[in-house]
Amino acid sequence: MNDRILGILAEGLGKILLASIKVTIPLTIIGFALAMVIAMFMALVQYAKVPVLKQISRIYIWIFRGTPLLVQLFLAYFGLPKLGIVMDAFPCAVMVFALNEGAYCAETMRSALEAVPEGQMEAGYCVGMNYLQIMWHVVIPQALRTAFPPLSNSVISMLKDTSLAATITVADMFMAAQKIVGRTYEPLWLYSEVALVYLAYSTVLTIIQRYYEKKLSAYNTRSSEPSEVKAQGGN
Amino acid sequence: MSMLEIKNIQKSFGKTEVLKGIDLSVEKGDVIAVLGSSGSGKTTLLRCMNFLEKADFGTMTFDEVTYDLGHMKRSDIALLRKKTAFVFQNYNLFANKTALENVTLGLTSARKIDKKEAAEIGMEMLKKVGLEDRADFYPVKLSGGQQQRVAIARALATNPEIIYFDEPTSALDPELIGEVLAVMKQLANEGMTMIVVTHEMNFAQNVSKKVVFMENGVILEQGTSKEFFENPKMERTKEFLKNIRSQHDA
Repeated sequence: MNDRILGILAEGLGKILLASIKVTIPLTIIGFALAMVIAMFMALVQYAKVPVLKQISRIYIWIFRGTPLLVQLFLAYFGLPKLGIVMDAFPCAVMVFALNEGAYCAETMRSALEAVPEGQMEAGYCVGMNYLQIMWHVVIPQALRTAFPPLSNSVISMLKDTSLAATITVADMFMAAQKIVGRTYEPLWLYSEVALVYLAYSTVLTIIQRYYEKKLSAYNTRSSEPSEVKAQGGN
Repeated sequence: MSMLEIKNIQKSFGKTEVLKGIDLSVEKGDVIAVLGSSGSGKTTLLRCMNFLEKADFGTMTFDEVTYDLGHMKRSDIALLRKKTAFVFQNYNLFANKTALENVTLGLTSARKIDKKEAAEIGMEMLKKVGLEDRADFYPVKLSGGQQQRVAIARALATNPEIIYFDEPTSALDPELIGEVLAVMKQLANEGMTMIVVTHEMNFAQNVSKKVVFMENGVILEQGTSKEFFENPKMERTKEFLKNIRSQHDA
């Protein structure tokens, strides 16, 4: 490694980090937040068996899980203008990521809701609560606990997938690296560098996941705190 | 006039008739043990009485208002459930709530009682079942017997007119059954109205005042518990008691 490479890497790191702060991170956070709203709605209408909305939800999931993310991005950014729907690259990417991720997370949430034992609902009714009260205080919190690890998985996966947004001209950190490669012809060094930055961000997300999983494990059967009292038998 | 009277409850699951016309009347302060072998319909009867299952047919008169069980309005179900409480075989404590929160949730969310007052009621109920020192424990950190006692505290907190118990000790280790039965006996002595589906003959004989014996979806025999155990009328009842006693002696 010589001074030239070091210089390129130093310049690259600055530009990659700047692009990540301006684009990759906001895209991930806004996209995933919207995805969660969509997922929650789609999972709840299925769980509650709301007619019509339930079918719409199934069709939505079928389409967005069944077609490639890259194709969805191209269709939204290059295809929709033909129908008169023109969007800037960034909001277009946010929308596609939210819809795509929402379809996967909807399935995660639905299965987590369905995993809450029926007895929880019955017990709620028997203390006089209504359906919405039971959902809010009992079923949804338990489902979120169950869904937390797979949802963390989804957000990490989405962080990496945002690199695809570069293909529709979103100036994310991958595009920042590509631009420098175009000028310097050092693909090995620069793509390694951008890969390491992705790895660093994923690591941060993994650490956050661990932390919250521990916090959420207070009522979980598989919690491994040393102070745990035997659940059965002991008194 | 009885506090609660049901007439001709019928219930089928598909083609299987589980309840074939049950009549039952409950006076205030009654402790009724519902006995019978598995599949006799006793749990279904209890679940229909609290609308966890929808009866196909029948009427219920509660506090002098008569309801058609086949066509219950949602608002009537909500109203009746606020007068009753239910204790499940497998406890069904809210897994994401502490013992105290389990007891208070029905007060704070369904009855809009403020948190502080609810917590006071909650602690009082936990004290009653001897678990005030477990108030901050999540269900998973409690033994089965403790969970069921919390479930009883939860049932008591809403000040019900009647508590339904669905085999409250059937899921418990033998050594934990006693603590739950002790709490139930205490409630019975305080005059709580209780209907208890159970296999605990000791409870049926010594604590409950009346016994209902079910078989194949009908009530075969009912009477005071003294009558039932000392002088059963039906052949089938005699046989049931004989089987139970021989098991007990073995």
